[in-house]
Parts: sequence; structure tokens; C-alpha cells
Amino acid sequence: MAQMTMIQAITDAMRTELGNDENVLVFGEDVGQNGGVFRATEGLQDEFGEDRVFDTPLAESGINGMAVGLALTGFRPVPEIQFFGFVYETMDAISGQMARYRYRSGGTRQMPITVRSPFGGGVHTPELHADSLEGLMAQQPGLKVVIPSNPYDAKGLLIQSIRDNDPVIFLEHMKLYRSFREEVPEDEYTVELGKANVKREGTDVTLVAYGAMVHSALKAAEQLEEDGVSAEVIDLRTVSPVDYETILESVEKTNRAVVIQEAQKQAGIAASIAAEIQEKAILHLEAPVMRVTAPDTIYPFTQAEGVWLPDHTSIIEKVESVMNF
Amino acid sequence: MKRTLENIENQFETFQILNEEGEIVNEDAMPDLSDDDLKEIMRRMVYTRILDQRSIALNRQGRLGFYAPTAGQEASQLGSQYALEQEDFILPGYRDVPQLIWQGLPLTKAFLFSKGHYVGNQMPEGVNAVSPQIIIGAQITQAAGVGIGFKKRGESNVAITYTGDGGASQGDFYEGVNFAGAFGGHNIFVVQNNQFAISVPVEKQSAAQTIAQKAVAAGVEGIQVDGMDVLAVYAVTKDARERAINGEGPTLIETMTYRYGPHTMAGDDPTRYRTGDMDDEWEKKDPIVRFRKYLEGKDLWSEDEENEVIEKAKEEIKAAIKEADNTPKQKVTDLMDIMYEELPQNLKEQREEYAEKESK
Ligand SMILES: Cc1ncc(C[n+]2csc(CCOP(=O)(O)OP(=O)(O)O)c2C)c(N)n1
Ligand SMILES: [Mg+2]
Repeated sequence: MAQMTMIQAITDAMRTELGNDENVLVFGEDVGQNGGVFRATEGLQDEFGEDRVFDTPLAESGINGMAVGLALTGFRPVPEIQFFGFVYETMDAISGQMARYRYRSGGTRQMPITVRSPFGGGVHTPELHADSLEGLMAQQPGLKVVIPSNPYDAKGLLIQSIRDNDPVIFLEHMKLYRSFREEVPEDEYTVELGKANVKREGTDVTLVAYGAMVHSALKAAEQLEEDGVSAEVIDLRTVSPVDYETILESVEKTNRAVVIQEAQKQAGIAASIAAEIQEKAILHLEAPVMRVTAPDTIYPFTQAEGVWLPDHTSIIEKVESVMNF
Repeated sequence: MKRTLENIENQFETFQILNEEGEIVNEDAMPDLSDDDLKEIMRRMVYTRILDQRSIALNRQGRLGFYAPTAGQEASQLGSQYALEQEDFILPGYRDVPQLIWQGLPLTKAFLFSKGHYVGNQMPEGVNAVSPQIIIGAQITQAAGVGIGFKKRGESNVAITYTGDGGASQGDFYEGVNFAGAFGGHNIFVVQNNQFAISVPVEKQSAAQTIAQKAVAAGVEGIQVDGMDVLAVYAVTKDARERAINGEGPTLIETMTYRYGPHTMAGDDPTRYRTGDMDDEWEKKDPIVRFRKYLEGKDLWSEDEENEVIEKAKEEIKAAIKEADNTPKQKVTDLMDIMYEELPQNLKEQREEYAEKESK
């Protein structure tokens, strides 16, 4: 076992699959010699050569369109979109094309593509470098959307994503890249896609979160414990498909739920989870399912980030209101 | 079968007026600039170099936010801007703050843009520009729209937009140049080819030998110019402007230049992708050094004058950063108010919530 940051675990996953399968290709802007602007592909070009790990011209729709074409010829592309705010440049290649190929071809073709991209706020980036756009992706049938919250999961989920025969959008929260290290096996292993993880058990309220918000939820749960509230924390790990089984099982036990996302409130992942809980478990609920989200503005210019982003205090407030309902 | 690629590529030579020694090598092309103009261009380049140095220092002290260094690119940026009229419209990329400043954006606002404050994105009255574009290439199709709009209204103005060698790979680049050509927009597209897109060398962007030749496919004029030669950049832009407003179509200008500094101040390390030798090669072409030689040769410039500009720049920068620091912090409620013309229901409710939070 080694101590790794999340970004090291991500590099390690790509290294593992580049080594396992010669059809795996890693490419994007600055991913070659420079090792990516966050260094996620550090050393991979040296190890596997420029044929397998390479820089592309600067064009996101070209990158993902090429990924589709490479997949059509049997490759297993792992393109990087340098920051996920640039996904608008390539919405057609993702949602209009790779998501639909299996379906469009009557089930005869597949798109084993893993689009990796940093996302999420709190690191003082310029405009369109920090948005939480997972909701856009999750709304597109045909894609899987994976968001790890820690180094161990990141490695296992990324290996599994690369092996998956359907397109996966793999979103890496920038704040988590280097925020902590943990034990990560050097050997290969996988973490199942579409399976949530109960990070902390509790009996009074279920907190559903993903990405960086898992850590805010855990922090909130610790403080709530001191106030005598026992919170269960679920890390979704995959936001499409969502593991409703795990969520419902928990809510049936705790009878209360707060769903947390860093993204803006309207039409988000949290809204759809809250709706599903109410449809499936209304008789178990002691209080309405509540959401903790960012407000419905465009991602703030950096100076206002601190107030705009939800944090553990906003979670505690919402938990208090479901407890006192 | 006739092959044409080689013929086309051979026609794109680098246009130059002032060589590295500060000598005029193309007398016929010498633009009509008074001595005062020449001195003003020099002042602006020196000032902008100081602004870059100070911005880098302020960034390191944590007093600025996002900053993309400009040293090395002064001739490309300021030579082209100097050819504009006040009514012309600028659609800049993230590195093109100097053009905005010389078109009238106060320094304080430039700093506020960098610090991530929305007031920095509000152009003052009389500056026809949008704030620097972050999405590479997005400004180029918009520029076509502005230039086509000028044509439709019969106005004698142009839209000028800036991108880099990397930007010339975006679909938006080809689309923008093509639209401008198709509609005869009043457009100038400047590609500052500083040889790298972050770490990726220009040779990896395209099989094309020049970016200027990409104009051919769109049926518009294209020219490659020495981007370290402020006179050449000025002359080419001035000519492009005249042709655009005379209905002779848009122009694509590729300026051959170099950024001395890192890509941005957010952790880029140029030693990972370029050699010190390459840096030295390009520093020999420095736009300020050669222009200084030229002006000194004409007895138009002295060390005292240069020092005066440097002192003035430092003072103004100091005052501006102070003013930027003292600007009231933006609030989430401010951002809500600039979302729509009228606040919708959901934001009204959220506004109350955040007003309470932010009053604490
Ligand atoms: C659509 C989009 N893709 C990627 C980026 C990230 N990015 C910022 S600058 C840059 C390189 C741009 O190079 P170039 O166009 O040559 O301009 P330069 O920075 O050299 O002035 C990249 C990839 C971005 N801002 N927007
Ligand atoms: Mg460049």
C-alpha cells in the first residue's frame, strides 16, 4: 500500500490500464510532455510513448469527436477536457454522439470512452473553470457519470470506467486533488460503477452527497453527533445511474433525508434524488426531503466564492430544520 | 492532377519593417506616423512592460487573481491596437488586457477583472469592447457578428478580435473567419502566434506551415507579420482596417511573437516544455529593444524619457491597485442582481436568504 493523493491515484489508474490494454489511449490538451495542467498524466507519455499518450490540437469538439472515431476502430480512449467548463464546446460529441452510438446502431456499436475532467469550485479559478455541470451530463441517457470523493475510490472507479463499454464522464473535483492522502493499494482493483458507499452510519437522518460535498457532510455529521443527532452519510460515487437501493434502505431506517450538491439548485441531481425518495418512501418520512445547494446564479466571480459555495454549516442548518419539522 | 499546397505556403512570408537591429528594412511599407505617434507607441510599450512586471509581482504577493503575462507580445498587442479608432470594437482573449487599457479601460478595472470582481468586466462609456474571453475561440464567431453588424449599419468601424496559435485550432476560429468572409464583415482577426498553447508547440496544432494561410480556405486576406516589430504590426492592421471599411473584406493577421513569462500565474512551469535557448533566441527579437534603437537613431528617445515613463507607470499602478483593494467586496446578492433584467421567483427567495447571510 502507498499513501496517495487523489490525483496520484488517478494517474495510477491510467498507468494501470495503459499497461493492461494496448487499446487504451490517453490524450487532450497539454497531457503529453507537460503531464496535464494538474499533472494528472505526469510521466505517462515517457512510460508509454507518444503514440498512446499525446497532446491534441486545442479543440474540445475535435478531441471528443476523435475519441468517437477511435472507439469505432476498437480503441478505448481516455480523453481529458482540461476544465469541465469547456464541455459546452463539445456537448454534441458527448451528448449528441457518444451517448447515442449504441442505441443509434441498434445495439451493434459501443463507445468505451472515459472523458476525464476536473470540475468543482473553491480554488479561485477564472470564469468557466469551476462549474459543477454534472447535472447536464446526468440528464443525458446513454452516459454514466462518476464522481469520486477520495483517492481509493478514484483509482478503483477510474479503472472500472476505462473497462466499461459505455461512455463514462469521470469528474474530478479540483479541491480534492491534493487536499489529503490515504492508503491506496498499488495493485489493481475496481470499484463498481453505480454503487453508493455508506461512509458513516447513523439513525436520525440520511445525508446524500458526492464529490467534495461528501467531506462537508462528514464534517457536519461529526458536529451533529455532538448535538445528539446521528447522521448517516452516503457517498453516491456515481451520479448516473444513481444507487437508489442504498439511499432508500437508509431513509427507511432514518426517516429523514437531506440531499447535498455543490451545483446550483434548479433542475439538479439533488432535485431528482429528493423526488425519487418521495415517490418511493413517502410513508417512511417524518419530514420533507430537503436540499443543500448553491444558489441559482452563474458560478460566482472568484471574490464571492466563499459565501456562494455550500459548506458544512449550510448542511447543519438544513438537518436542524428536518429534525425540528 | 495539380497540387497547390506548396504554392500556397510559399506565398506566406513574414512581413517586416523594422529588423532586430532597429533598422528599417522595408521603407516602402513605412506607415505614416508622426514623431509624436512614434514616441507614444514607445511609451505605451514601456509602460505595458512595467505593468506586466508589477502584475506578476502583485500576483505573487496574493494581491491579484488570474493573470496571463504579456511581456514579449507588446508589439503585437499595442501595434494592432494603435491602428484602431475609438469607435472600433475589441473582442479580446484573456491575455489581451493591454489593448483594452490603451483603448480606455482604467487600470483599476483591469485589476478588478484579475481579482475576480464583476466591476472589472464593466467597460466604461466609450470603450467598445467586451471583457476578456476565457473560452478559447468563442470571441471569434462573436467578432464576426460585430463586424457583420457594422457592415449592415453602414458604419465605418471594424471589429478586431484576438486569439493565439492554439485558438486557431478551434472550430470557432474557422467558423468566425468564414462567416466574416461570407458576409463581408468589417473584421480583423489577429492570431498572436507566441509559439505555444500552454505547453503545446505550434507545430503540434496543425500541419499548416502558417496560420495566416488558413485565410485562404475562407476566401479572405491572410498575412503573417513579425509580431516583435511594432511598425509592421501597425501597418498591417491599419491596412486591414481600411480594406474592411471599404468593403474589401476581412483580414486574418498572424503575428509571430513569444511570451517570455509563464502561461498564467496559476502554476505553469515553462521549463517543462521549452528551452532556455529558445527563450534567448526570442529575447534577441525584443520589440522594445529594437524600437528603442530605432528611435534613438532618430534622436527621438532618451534614457530620461524612458525613466519618466517607468516612474509614471509605477505610480499609476500603485494607485490603481490600492483603489482596487478598496473597492467594496462583491456579494452574492450583487451577482443575483446581474443575472436577469428582472429577478425571477426562485432568485427573489434566495436573495433574501443570502442578504441575511451577508449582513452578518
Ligand atoms: C475552450 C477552452 N479550452 C481550453 C482552455 C484552457 N486553455 C487556456 S489558455 C490555453 C492555451 C491557449 O493557447 P493560445 O491560443 O496559443 O494562446 P496563448 O495562451 O498562447 O496566448 C488553454 C488550452 C480554455 N480556456 N478554453
Ligand atoms: Mg500561444
